[in-house]
Amino acid sequence: MDLFLHQALAGLATGSIYACLALAIVMIYAAINHLNFAQGEMAMFSTFIAWQLMQWGAPYLLAFVGAAAFSFVAGIAVERVLFRPIHKAPVLSHIVLFIALFAILNSLAGFIWDYNVKSFPTPFGSRSLFGNGLVSSHDAGMMGVAFTMLVLLYVFFRHTRIGLAMRAAAANPESARLAGVRVGRMISLGWGMAAAIGAVAGIMIAPVVFLDPNMMTSILVYGFAGAVVGGLTSPGGAVFGGLAVGIIENLAGTYIPYVGRELRLTIALFIIVAVLTAKPSGLFGRAIVTRV
Amino acid sequence: MPAALLETVGLCAFYGATQVLFGLDLKVGEGGVTTLLGANGAGKTTALRAVSGMVQTTGDIRFCGQSLAGWATEDIVRLGIAHVPQGRGTFVSQTVEENLKIGAMSRRDRAAISSDIERVYGYFPRLKERRKQQAGTLSGGEQQMLALARALMLRPKLMLLDEPSFGLAPLVVRDLFEILRTLNRAENVSMLLVEQNASLALDLADRAYLIETGRLVMTGAAQDLRNDENVRRAYLGY
Repeated sequence: MDLFLHQALAGLATGSIYACLALAIVMIYAAINHLNFAQGEMAMFSTFIAWQLMQWGAPYLLAFVGAAAFSFVAGIAVERVLFRPIHKAPVLSHIVLFIALFAILNSLAGFIWDYNVKSFPTPFGSRSLFGNGLVSSHDAGMMGVAFTMLVLLYVFFRHTRIGLAMRAAAANPESARLAGVRVGRMISLGWGMAAAIGAVAGIMIAPVVFLDPNMMTSILVYGFAGAVVGGLTSPGGAVFGGLAVGIIENLAGTYIPYVGRELRLTIALFIIVAVLTAKPSGLFGRAIVTRV
Repeated sequence: MPAALLETVGLCAFYGATQVLFGLDLKVGEGGVTTLLGANGAGKTTALRAVSGMVQTTGDIRFCGQSLAGWATEDIVRLGIAHVPQGRGTFVSQTVEENLKIGAMSRRDRAAISSDIERVYGYFPRLKERRKQQAGTLSGGEQQMLALARALMLRPKLMLLDEPSFGLAPLVVRDLFEILRTLNRAENVSMLLVEQNASLALDLADRAYLIETGRLVMTGAAQDLRNDENVRRAYLGY
């Protein structure tokens, strides 16, 4: 029983990172109706920025805040420079641009920082919490940071003016414009926030998966799985989906023979296919009651 | 005719290469109600969208003497022009109260916004009962009231109303027009009204225009159009 609980808790810890990434994906999807395939690479690049700042002698906290701030600005720049000019273009143009961004960021990181795997520090230490090596103090700290951020985002979207304006702009851009909401600015803000959320997720998961240009590839697949489980239109659903995927992944790896470490990523893909087959709108997607 | 609040001069509008409006000269007086009549596809909705900067236009649009050419929709709205679109533009997954707050998004005076919310609840008590409810669950009439209420949160000088009676029961329509009349008289809100129900529209309006395929075919006091033989036969049905 203890093993089960500890495995679930460890799953919850990585799940909190998937949840952040899923949320970032959903935020951009809400703003521009496209899936950001480069979300993971953006997060990876931000993590390298944090690493570089620390190499230059910055303390952890400064590197953390600096990388998040950089990502926020860079996210806005990506939207303004790359995606705004093609916002009326068909889906395929967007996909090509996302893949280009993915490839560019990946090779640029490799070019600047090379492809050798680097270790990344954690401020929480790496003691084992229950003596069996399943949940570390870093896992606990990572969960704490991720949940704090998610709660702050919830408060922001529910209880602030700008949060409401962002929701309005995403839900019905034309009507929002007619209420005086500056929709373009809200979309930029969404990109900036999504990039910063990704940066935090990258910095938190880097001590676990280690730092290299391909570190986020599998995390992104889990993030997508989380977003799909929750339904791409529901931020709360994305968070739930990310956590669920984390737990399922870990438990399946423990209890289902053959899965082990090697086939874990398959679980994410299996979940995506299963959800899309059984309930294409996800568990929480667009459950809006409308009267005809 | 009092001084013009809104005036268009030679207004043309385009959807891509297709021209929809051909040189409209429209006026809405300060405190007045102007109505646009015409068959489906005549360009009434487009005329409203042109004023809000939502379609490509040539010619001039002047509001309080200021030209709006090249202005973005958000900025036009902030001058006090509230557009109540066809289909009502409800934010369906937000609550009624959030919808009203969205309507006040261009304002920063918190205290006045809260008192305005109470004030519009005074006009629409049904909305107050449903303030915490998801707006998508409201009936058609309630959503139309919400659309008006949301527009009022802007403290508009001018309202652009696109088919407010669309799809509503006759009794609801009567109430709605009563409220529009009150808003016009008591709050001095000017209106540019597009309406299928020509009889109701002419009752409320002081000035009327008849549009056919994007061109003005008749202009005058609402009373004169009401008495015109052709208008009566084609649009009033008696």
